[in-house]
Amino acid sequence: MEDKSLPLVEVHDVSMRFNLAQEKTETLKEYVVKLARGKLMFNEFFALKNVSFSVKRGEAVALIGRNGSGKSTMLKVIAGVMYPSTGSCTVRGSIAPMIELGAGFDLDLTARENIYLNGAVLGFDRAYMNEHFESIIEFSELRDFIDVPVKNFSSGMIARLGFSIATEVRADLLVVDEVLAVGDFMFQQKCMKRLERMLSQGTTLLFVSHDSNAVRNLCDRAIWLDHGNKRADGPADEVCTAYEEAMRAGNA
Amino acid sequence: MSTRSSQLSVYWQHFLKYRPLIRELVSRDLKVKYRRSFLGYVWSILNPLLMMILQTIIFSYMFRSNIPNYPLYLLCGNTLFTFFNESANMGLLSIIGNAALIKKVYIPKFIFPLSRVCSSFVTMSFSLAAVLLVMIFTGSPLYWTILLFWVPLVFELMFCCGFALLLAALTVYFRDMQHLFSVLTLGWMYATPLFYPLEQLPGFAQKLMKLNPMYHYINMFRNLVMYGNVPGPNTWIACAVSGAGMLLIGLLVFRKLQRNFILYI
Repeated sequence: MEDKSLPLVEVHDVSMRFNLAQEKTETLKEYVVKLARGKLMFNEFFALKNVSFSVKRGEAVALIGRNGSGKSTMLKVIAGVMYPSTGSCTVRGSIAPMIELGAGFDLDLTARENIYLNGAVLGFDRAYMNEHFESIIEFSELRDFIDVPVKNFSSGMIARLGFSIATEVRADLLVVDEVLAVGDFMFQQKCMKRLERMLSQGTTLLFVSHDSNAVRNLCDRAIWLDHGNKRADGPADEVCTAYEEAMRAGNA
Repeated sequence: MSTRSSQLSVYWQHFLKYRPLIRELVSRDLKVKYRRSFLGYVWSILNPLLMMILQTIIFSYMFRSNIPNYPLYLLCGNTLFTFFNESANMGLLSIIGNAALIKKVYIPKFIFPLSRVCSSFVTMSFSLAAVLLVMIFTGSPLYWTILLFWVPLVFELMFCCGFALLLAALTVYFRDMQHLFSVLTLGWMYATPLFYPLEQLPGFAQKLMKLNPMYHYINMFRNLVMYGNVPGPNTWIACAVSGAGMLLIGLLVFRKLQRNFILYI
């Protein structure tokens, strides 16, 4: 299999370019209007600019930065959802993405059916999901609603179910994007405990959050992204403090 | 060459890893389709039967074609064409319809059009019960060749998979496809001998018809099921070439275009 001594994630000189005009020109009329105004070819936007870093096995790394600084884009590149415009990104292992909880749910199906569907989205078959079905239900505390269509769930309930599924399946790398904000306080505590337990068992974590306390608690290292540039990379506490000070000084 | 073959093996491994997903998506499609309808799966048999009765009434009066066992003739053509129509229409929307998921989780994207075609195929398999019912009801003779009924269906399945992949990929870039295609599919339906015999067309149109893959699948199916003939080599070649060719084209175009889907959905 893979060499365990190599870093689990290697991000090498990744830039991500979006063509803003391209995304908006969907009809011929808009196209002609934009062509006439000469606006078609501009609006290049770099969400990430030459970012490099690597993550070792068992590490817990946080990505911090303001809204629109490229954190989520970075996670999507790592999760394999987007291809970088230049540079390369290698992940040597399996990924459990939690970029949005319940992204794979079909609202017309019941919670039970969605557990199997979401498991399959993550690459697990029925037998595997059967084995873990009980503990998913147990953790999500949704036993009474198991045969209710998900469209009748509250957003908190959907998040619970999504979190329970994503953390129940085994993966080398867990990618978490600001998903713990939903759910009540008790459930957040429970989620934190589960993440800590997974970390102690050797899962690698990539974590995006605006909650500095959560970052300090969970992660030993933080990477600060600022307008697509890597601004700092180091021990979580130091980077968080620097980030908070810069924010206060209006310099972030 | 070696990189290409290793790439292909990666695709194959993805296919194997995500086979449970195809299964789940197909079962989702079927569940959602008939959820909360009173008759449920019965509709997939009842619907073609009602359609057949309607068309038999209309066309028997309008065209007065002297096709023996006209209801069965209609039903055979309709069953196969509905499968094509449904899988093309659902495949067309399969990528843009699953945009939310594709943006969040890595999944090999060809899964979506393929699972849609598979669910249409399953629906069609139920509809074959309607064909059998009509055969018994109208006292149509049973030939041994009926055992080969699945052969044209397999060719058609290949064709539909390729076509759905092609349409799904193109629709991401040209949303106009969905509006254009509804006209195209109607034209295609009239250009396929579903409710008229091929012989009724003028000579040049009969020659043109040989370019319509749907004609060959339906023709082969009718020959095997209704007339007890095993069609000649030309039909076999036409079916195999159009099926495999479309599958190949679909896969190649899809592979080429899928990389930038994320920027357009």
